[in-house]
Amino acid sequence: MAKTIAEINEKIKAGQAVVFNAEEIIEVAREWGTSRAAKEVDVVTTGTFGIMCSSGAYFNIGHSQPRLKLGGGRAYLNDVPAYTGLAAVDLFLGANALPDDDPRNRVYPGEFNYGGGHVIEELAAGKDVKLVATAYGTDCYPRKRLETWINIKDLNQAVLFNVRNAYQNYNVAVNQSDKTIYTYMGILKPKLGNANYSSAGQLSPLFNDPYYRTTGIGTRIFLGGGTGFVAWQGTQFNPSVPRTEKGVPKEGAGTLAVIGDLKQMSSKWLVGTSVQGYGCSLTVGVGVPIPILNEEILQYTTVTDADILAPVVDYADAFPNLKPEILGEVSYAELKSGKIKIKGRDVPTASRSSYPKALEIANTLKDWIKSGRFLLTEAVEPLPGAGSGVAQRPLKERPIEY
Amino acid sequence: MVVTKRIVLHFPGRLVERPIISRLVKDYDLEFNILRASITPEQEGLMVLELKGNQGEYDKGVEFLLKAGVKIQSLSQDVTRNEERCTHCGACVTVCPPGAFRVDAKTRMVIFDNKKCIACGLCIPACPPHAMEVHF
Repeated sequence: MAKTIAEINEKIKAGQAVVFNAEEIIEVAREWGTSRAAKEVDVVTTGTFGIMCSSGAYFNIGHSQPRLKLGGGRAYLNDVPAYTGLAAVDLFLGANALPDDDPRNRVYPGEFNYGGGHVIEELAAGKDVKLVATAYGTDCYPRKRLETWINIKDLNQAVLFNVRNAYQNYNVAVNQSDKTIYTYMGILKPKLGNANYSSAGQLSPLFNDPYYRTTGIGTRIFLGGGTGFVAWQGTQFNPSVPRTEKGVPKEGAGTLAVIGDLKQMSSKWLVGTSVQGYGCSLTVGVGVPIPILNEEILQYTTVTDADILAPVVDYADAFPNLKPEILGEVSYAELKSGKIKIKGRDVPTASRSSYPKALEIANTLKDWIKSGRFLLTEAVEPLPGAGSGVAQRPLKERPIEY
Repeated sequence: MVVTKRIVLHFPGRLVERPIISRLVKDYDLEFNILRASITPEQEGLMVLELKGNQGEYDKGVEFLLKAGVKIQSLSQDVTRNEERCTHCGACVTVCPPGAFRVDAKTRMVIFDNKKCIACGLCIPACPPHAMEVHF
C-alpha cells in the first residue's frame, strides 16, 4: 500500500511517525522484511558531513549613511575578498576565497589557514566580522570607503547557498608517482602509500535515493545545523553514469544545490576548513529525509557499504590530466576496514568525510521529525533522472585567433 | 623495571653548547632516541626524546637534567587535540608516522593515542579543521 507525503506529515504532526536512520533501516528491513518495513516505516533519515568546496553565502548588509555602492567596487570580510558584482549592498562570499596576501602555494605546500569557509563559520557562530569596502562613488551612492564590524544578527539577509553539495559518490584518491602530493583529497604518499575516500557511504543522502525518486527541488533538508532546501540540481550533476544492479552509481553522479537561512545554522555544522597544499573550504552538514512512499523507495534506503563501489583514481596523473582510467573499484565496506588491495598491494585507507557526524545529523533529523518540528515537503520539480540524457561534459577549448 | 618515556626538554641558552644527553648514557645507562631537536633564534634548545632504561636510573637521569637547568615536560601534554574542532573525519589516520590515530571500528570515532605521538607535527597542517595543536 503506497503512502503520500501528506499522510506522512499528518503522522509527524500527531507525533506518530515511524522514523529510522539509514543505518538502522538496514537491520529493520532484514528483520521485518521489506514489504512490512515499507508499510510501517514513514521516513528514513540520511546525513553527510564532509568538505564541500562549492559552498558560499550571500548577504545584504544594509545601507550606510551616506550610501555606498559595493557593486563594481571591492569588499573584504576579515580580509577575505567577497564578490561585488551584485547591487549596492549585496555580497557573495565563496568558501574557497583567500585573502590577497595569503602566500598560497608559494611556500609549498601552503597551509591555507583562513579563507571564505572560515568567515562563514565565524558568522554562523555569531562573531563580529570586519567589513572593509571601497567604491567608485556615484551621484546617488557618493561614499567611497567603508570600514565596520558587522554581525550576522544585524544583516538583512545571510543565506547559505551551496551550488554543489552532497556528491552521490566519490573517487578514492591514490598516488602512483614517487613523490608525496597534496591534493583536495588530502596528502597522498608516493607509490600507493595510502588511499583517501570521502563519503558517508550507506548514510549518505543520494546513495539512499539513487534515482532521485523523492529528493527534488524544494525538498526540505537539514543544512548546517538548521533547515534548508534543495534549490536545484547541483553543478556537475551527472546522473547517466554506470550503476550497479541496485542502481547505485559507481562514480560521481548526482549532486545537490542547497539553500537556507544562515542565521538559524550553527558553526558546529559549518566548519571552516584548510586543505594543505590546496586551499580553503567549508565542511558542511547535510541531511535529507526520505519519505517511504512505497516498497521500491524503502529498498533503496537499505543500501549497505558493501553494495557501494567507488573508483580508485591516481591523483598524480589520471586526475590532473583528466584521463578516464581507474585502478579498480572498491566497496565502502572494504574502505572502512582500514585497507584496500590495489595492484595486489595492501594500501591503508583514510576518510575525508566524518561518519560519526553524518550519523549525528541523521539522528538529529530523526529527532526533529519524531518530535513534529520538521515536516516533509513534496518536490516541486524532480531532478534529472538517469535516463534524462543530462551529463557532465569536459570543457571544449577553442583557440582564440588574434 | 624498564621504562620507556617520551619527554620534551627545554634547554636554556647557557646549556645549549654543553654535552648533556651523553651523560644520560654514560652515567645512567639510558638509551635515547632523538625524535626532534631545534635551537631557536634566542639560542634556546628544544629536544623531544624517547628515553629507555631502568626506572631507578631513569629517575636519577631526570633529576640530573633538572639540576642542570633543563625544563622537562611529558610529550603527551605537548600535542593535543581540540575536541571541539575535531570532526572525526579520519584524515589524520594515514598521515601520522607512528600511527597515533586510529578509527574505532564500531563508532568510527578517531582515537588519538598521545603515548604513541612523536611530536613530528605532520598532523597539524594536515588536519582539515585544524584541531591538532602543538604547545612547545
